[in-house]
Amino acid sequence: MINFFFRRLFTFVLSLALASFVIFSLVEIAPGDPASFMLGINAQADTIAALRSELGLDQPKISRYLAWISGMLTGDFGVSYTYRTNVSEMVGDRLWVSLPLAIYALFLSTVIALPTGIYAAAKRGKAGDFTVISATQIGIAIPNFWFAIILVGIFSIKLQWFSAGGFSGWQNGILDGITSLTLPAIALALPQAAILSRIVRSALIETLGEDYIRTARAKGLSSWQTIWAHALRNALIPVLTIIGLQFSFLLAGAIIIEQVFYLPGLGRLVFQAITQRDLIVVESVVMLLVFAVILVNFIVDIAYMLVDPRLRQDGI
Amino acid sequence: MIKSSTSLQFGILLCLAPLAMATISFFWQPFDITELNISNRLKSISLTHPFGTDHFGRDMLTMIMVGARTSIAVAFVAVGIGVLIGVPLGLFAATCRGSIIDDGVMRFNDLVFAFPSLVIAILITAIAGPSAFNAIIAIGIFNIPVFARISRAAALSLWQREFILSAQVAGKTGFRISIEHILPNLMHILIVQATIQFSLGILAEAGLSYIGLGAQPPTPSWGRMLADAQTMVSLAPRLAIIPGIAIILTVLGLNLLGDGLRDALDPKLRGSVKK
Repeated sequence: MINFFFRRLFTFVLSLALASFVIFSLVEIAPGDPASFMLGINAQADTIAALRSELGLDQPKISRYLAWISGMLTGDFGVSYTYRTNVSEMVGDRLWVSLPLAIYALFLSTVIALPTGIYAAAKRGKAGDFTVISATQIGIAIPNFWFAIILVGIFSIKLQWFSAGGFSGWQNGILDGITSLTLPAIALALPQAAILSRIVRSALIETLGEDYIRTARAKGLSSWQTIWAHALRNALIPVLTIIGLQFSFLLAGAIIIEQVFYLPGLGRLVFQAITQRDLIVVESVVMLLVFAVILVNFIVDIAYMLVDPRLRQDGI
Repeated sequence: MIKSSTSLQFGILLCLAPLAMATISFFWQPFDITELNISNRLKSISLTHPFGTDHFGRDMLTMIMVGARTSIAVAFVAVGIGVLIGVPLGLFAATCRGSIIDDGVMRFNDLVFAFPSLVIAILITAIAGPSAFNAIIAIGIFNIPVFARISRAAALSLWQREFILSAQVAGKTGFRISIEHILPNLMHILIVQATIQFSLGILAEAGLSYIGLGAQPPTPSWGRMLADAQTMVSLAPRLAIIPGIAIILTVLGLNLLGDGLRDALDPKLRGSVKK
């Protein structure tokens, strides 16, 4: 068990190191010099050179890479080229939008997916199952940003229940913040709920075929009692993995939804930073998102080991 | 329960529609969409314009037909990149199973999976400039580990089989066994995965085009049509609804096709309740 943990920890650190290298190299080959971009087309060559040395861009690549990495490890993400503020502060502000949005969307997706998936599995082969399966097929096919545009059309323009975009911040009260995140969260949650619902269904159907379920039924438990008492807990393991992965996806994958609703989240920050050649912001935010994904995978693997006694033995 | 043959039939039908539209658009287009006709703008649905016209007076049906070309081409080539690089990688890893090469290939896969695909796709298109070609590369890169992983996993179980053992006894090299015996037995899995990746490619292309990093004007694309429509939602909701439905039906068709093919091609699943 300890062996497994340390092996997993080693791959975790190695993945982070490789990821940081890939991100740094990708950003390095991006055309356009941030210094000349910031100063505009009429800038003098010596002004550009002065700014380059101020930003540290004249340093060799390897020392810039090492400085970036060691800065990130201590929580210092550098200073934005465009806004001249600390990247960590910018990221912190944006996280207050992206993180609640991801949690909200994940909550909605789970609340929709669990009951529908369980229902479909319990009614497998019948009309109820057919309805859920058909609905999930359509849900998976819907692009979330299209769904977002349609939601804005109905709930913001026609019914005027929600604002069409923007985020007023949390200072006006939690309810206000939640209201402005509701449409984006629904748009993000729907396709995720469709995927999760199918996974709940197939995991549960698989578990319902096990011998111990037949035993439980033979003891006289009803089909719903069997599902609640025996099948669901065992079926939840793959479901939890997907929920974990969905969380990291929702954190990073909300870029387009943030564009639709003009939300000042992490995704929009990266998108704007890329177009403004604010490379330090791009590097740091992408690294942070990749870190979140790798960390979630690591936690899921460790949680597996704790939940499933079979994985606790060494050598697996 | 949906019968696999029903899924397959629906899937084929839904996939044929955009394919036919794209093909026809090469020979004949109802209207010229490179010309702007402002006096004709935002015309509602009629016999001359079955889907109406957009804010530049262009015929929406023609836009959808030509847009289908972009979506299909981008998704198709992106799947092609995944198959052509991913499958050989997976087969190679399975041939050297347990070795450091196998481990390296798998860790590389894990690494690519860890990257938020959309962020990297945006980064790539921003580095190389927004275009349909760069969108293909950005989507294609993320198809590589998908195909590498499934072909390795399926090949690993095939390597344990007797017919592979007899091929080894006959003196065939790992390379020949992979090509002559493993690959043909993987085909059904690869075809199913390709339809799934194809549908994800259509969605990804639409997303990239929507934020302006895919096909550039004047090339129409379903995603760009949605971006143009966003400001018009209150005036003409159909401008957003029609391209959206085109995307949904195509993706739905591909997913149904994938499900149907999986059941039809895998004899073990025939006649059993679908999981």
